[in-house]
Amino acid sequence: MTRLPIFKLVLATLVLGALQSVVLLQVNWFGDAAATATGPIDTLMDVTIVVSSFVFALVCVFLGYAVYKWRVKPGDEGDGLPIHGNTKLEVWWTLIPVLIVVGLAGYSWAVLVDIEKKDADRINVDVYSQQFEWTFGYPDSGGKSSEGELHVPVNRQIDFKFHAQDVIHSFWVPEWRIKKDNVPGITTDAVITPDREGTFQLICTELCGIGHTTMRAKVVVESEEKYNQWVAGLKEKVSPFLLTADQAFEAQRKAEEREKGIEGSGVEETGSGDHSD
Amino acid sequence: MALRNPGWYRGALGFFLGAAFGFGLVLALRAVSGLDLFQTEDTGYPHIVVPMITAPFGFLIGFGAFDYWFRWAAGKPTVPEDHSDHGATRWQDYFKFNTDHKVIGIQYMVLTFAFFLIGGLLAMLIRAELAQPGSQVVGANTFNGLFSTHATVMIFLFIIPMFAGIANYVVPLMLGAPDMAFPRLNALSFWLLPIAGIIFLGSFLAPGGAFDAGWTGYAPLSGGAPLGQTFFNVGVQFAGASSIAAALNFLVTIITMRAPGMNLWRMPLMAWAQLATSLLVVGATPFVAGAQFMTFFDRILGMNFFNFLEGGDVISYQHIFWFYSHPAVYIMMLPGFGIISEVISVHARKAVFGYRLMALALIGIVVLSYSVWAHHMFVSGMFSWLRVPIMISTMLIAVPTGIKVFSWLGTLFYGKIQTQSTAMLFALAFIVTFTVGGISGVITAMIPLDIHVSETYFIVAHIHFVLFGGSVFTIFAGLYHWFPKVTGRMYDERLGRVHLWLTVVGTWLTFVPMHWIGMDGMPRRVVDYASQYGDWNLVISISAFMLGAAQLVFVYNMIVSWRFGPKAGSNPWRGKSIEWLVSSPPPVYNFTAIPRVVGGPYEYGTPGARHAIMAEDEEGATVPTPEPSKVTAS
Ligand code: HEM
Ligand SMILES: [Cu+2]
Ligand SMILES: [Cu+2]
Repeated sequence: MTRLPIFKLVLATLVLGALQSVVLLQVNWFGDAAATATGPIDTLMDVTIVVSSFVFALVCVFLGYAVYKWRVKPGDEGDGLPIHGNTKLEVWWTLIPVLIVVGLAGYSWAVLVDIEKKDADRINVDVYSQQFEWTFGYPDSGGKSSEGELHVPVNRQIDFKFHAQDVIHSFWVPEWRIKKDNVPGITTDAVITPDREGTFQLICTELCGIGHTTMRAKVVVESEEKYNQWVAGLKEKVSPFLLTADQAFEAQRKAEEREKGIEGSGVEETGSGDHSD
Repeated sequence: MALRNPGWYRGALGFFLGAAFGFGLVLALRAVSGLDLFQTEDTGYPHIVVPMITAPFGFLIGFGAFDYWFRWAAGKPTVPEDHSDHGATRWQDYFKFNTDHKVIGIQYMVLTFAFFLIGGLLAMLIRAELAQPGSQVVGANTFNGLFSTHATVMIFLFIIPMFAGIANYVVPLMLGAPDMAFPRLNALSFWLLPIAGIIFLGSFLAPGGAFDAGWTGYAPLSGGAPLGQTFFNVGVQFAGASSIAAALNFLVTIITMRAPGMNLWRMPLMAWAQLATSLLVVGATPFVAGAQFMTFFDRILGMNFFNFLEGGDVISYQHIFWFYSHPAVYIMMLPGFGIISEVISVHARKAVFGYRLMALALIGIVVLSYSVWAHHMFVSGMFSWLRVPIMISTMLIAVPTGIKVFSWLGTLFYGKIQTQSTAMLFALAFIVTFTVGGISGVITAMIPLDIHVSETYFIVAHIHFVLFGGSVFTIFAGLYHWFPKVTGRMYDERLGRVHLWLTVVGTWLTFVPMHWIGMDGMPRRVVDYASQYGDWNLVISISAFMLGAAQLVFVYNMIVSWRFGPKAGSNPWRGKSIEWLVSSPPPVYNFTAIPRVVGGPYEYGTPGARHAIMAEDEEGATVPTPEPSKVTAS
């Protein structure tokens, strides 16, 4: 039995893994970032990419080596060596993965606790979703509400409460790395602290019917003064949901019309969208 | 008289009688209750829904699926087992209620492959629509129906039953058993499948279009959806009953019908995998049946399981659904693990490395997979305390899965790797591709990352890396590997390699970019997307068309080789397990006498070591006179 060039194989794995990590880390996978939670989340992703790169490299190197080295020669009718296993090796390749996944799970848990921590001076915002429209309520500012456009101040934690009228919708702002289902019958919640001013898109990510694709809203993050001015200019909230049943029917009809295929469905650009780097 | 004997004529009659009975029952009951005869509100249509249940039973009864049981239950003399239902000598024999596990295996494989092509065509339509931003070929309503039926057909009518079909053919042979434990139940399991298929695809004809709430059918969207959704509710019952019956059959066969000498530790890993899968199917499938029945009752009978306006609980649908559908992903993977162990061992001419740990890893996955369902619900608004325990158990599943990958690598070392064999190449491609799917699986298990990527194209990329690069690659490995056994002929390795490379490259080109656009902000299940993703989507669509077209090479190779391929002989790969010790194709009753198992299944490289001794080889054994080869009564 020829000795395995273990040292060379491990070295090749490390080199390939490192190379992959370096290449993969160049890309800004999760797109632009605009909230405090994105720091720990993106770092967690980077760590996962590095760990995964080495795992993938390990499989590729050992598989590649085996195929290169023990590829059968034409006419060779023999068998491989009668090796049935190696208990020590098997114990190692059980234990080391346990350590890796428990480590990653623990790290994820810590990040989760971190990003869900609530600040004392957070402000409350209600999100109402119904088939294909978003409405927002600002209870801290005298029960005002806005339709199809969400404004929040920068650098303050927002405590979102989500409500749905008809079916499940899901609230996703990619730049905030936050997503939560809006479930009819119950109230769900999530906190986020935007840390960059700008205009973003709120995307519905739970299939909610024919207009799901176009169920989007504008998100504006601005300075606290501007935000206060804006809220002050809003109407009082009439009903928690934007539409009555009749209006909802109308919205459905509109969605069907939109669907009939006029160019440009109202889906606007999001994220960095740039993978050329 | 054709209408009195079981078969297609009586089946058609049964179908119409069943349909008429259901239809009449609805009208009669509604008339008696003083209601309008026809109710055509979106979720109603009882005069269509009830016949949709009664007509298939009418067909099955007419077709002869229950003749034996009815006679037995009625105390009448059962028709003595005249074996007229064993073996197939003409193509027409495959269209009968045949109880031979080899015939049933072929029926399964051919039918489910047809569903693969249909599901693939639906995928091509999806990709045509998504090739560019804006509207291409279909509107939102049709599009939602397309991806819902695509996924449903692929899962319930292709992957799950295809594995049942492969196992149906090879597992009894591997165990040294003459047939499955319950041949009539086995045939019934098969015939439930075309029924499920017709119902799923028939939903395209329903007013309001095909079911369009995704293959997950989340309430309350599914509760208020048009009639097509009921087709989904009912179709799942037939497909589910089929897989439960098949799994019970496998359990009993594997536990009680192993040849003498084959203790559990001498059982090929293919059989172990089928044992593990069947435990999952039997335990979990009732949950998806339950979830669909509850939706069905909500829709048809006005019950309120998931109707939040009447106190129903929306999230409980997801708990019940995923309590099946997570184990289902292992139902779609474990049989493939079994196939890969066989293929790699035979084509590397080496014993599976760490055989016992491989078997235990399967059982470990079975146990763990019942504890991870809620990882599909991290953003659903369920109890937040449940998330971290579920994350940990989910990530732990990576450990037994890793054991399998490392052990396959270990099997390759010091082997004689037959790289000219398409079956082996698919197995190798599987290892690499599945590893990527496993890694993206761990990413989706980590809650902070899943919050971002859930319900995006990243998920679509992940499912396809595990289902296409995982399940489908293993299915191809298995089909190539056992093709000579099933048909008695060799396939064309050159065409096999063309198919392999187009499929592997197509899979990677199609599904890798989906990770990127998903993480960057493209949600899933959308008919249109931001124009910035146009370029990548075009790449994806073109690759998808190539991937789809590549499957035609396979179809051509299989058909032509089956007819004209060179004769294979009984053991072209020089395998050790029992299926290779009988002729190709095997005799009608598999063995003239039950073989005797004397060692492990993978005794490569040990001179003189054997797994099994056939009756014919035993010295001084009296070989019983073989059954006549043509036993099919016409
Ligand atoms: C040529 C091969 C295939 C292509 C190009 C393809 C394409 C797609 C696409 C584009 C979607 C996303 C639909 C959307 O979210 O808008 C999808 C969904 C899906 N596909 Fe495939 N697919 C292929 C084969 C398969 C196979 C073999 C399976 C095996 C089970 C499968 C299972 C699924 C599932 C489960 C979904 C999720 C559907 C949902 O969101 O409800 N696909 N497929
Ligand atoms: Cu939506
Ligand atoms: Cu799962």
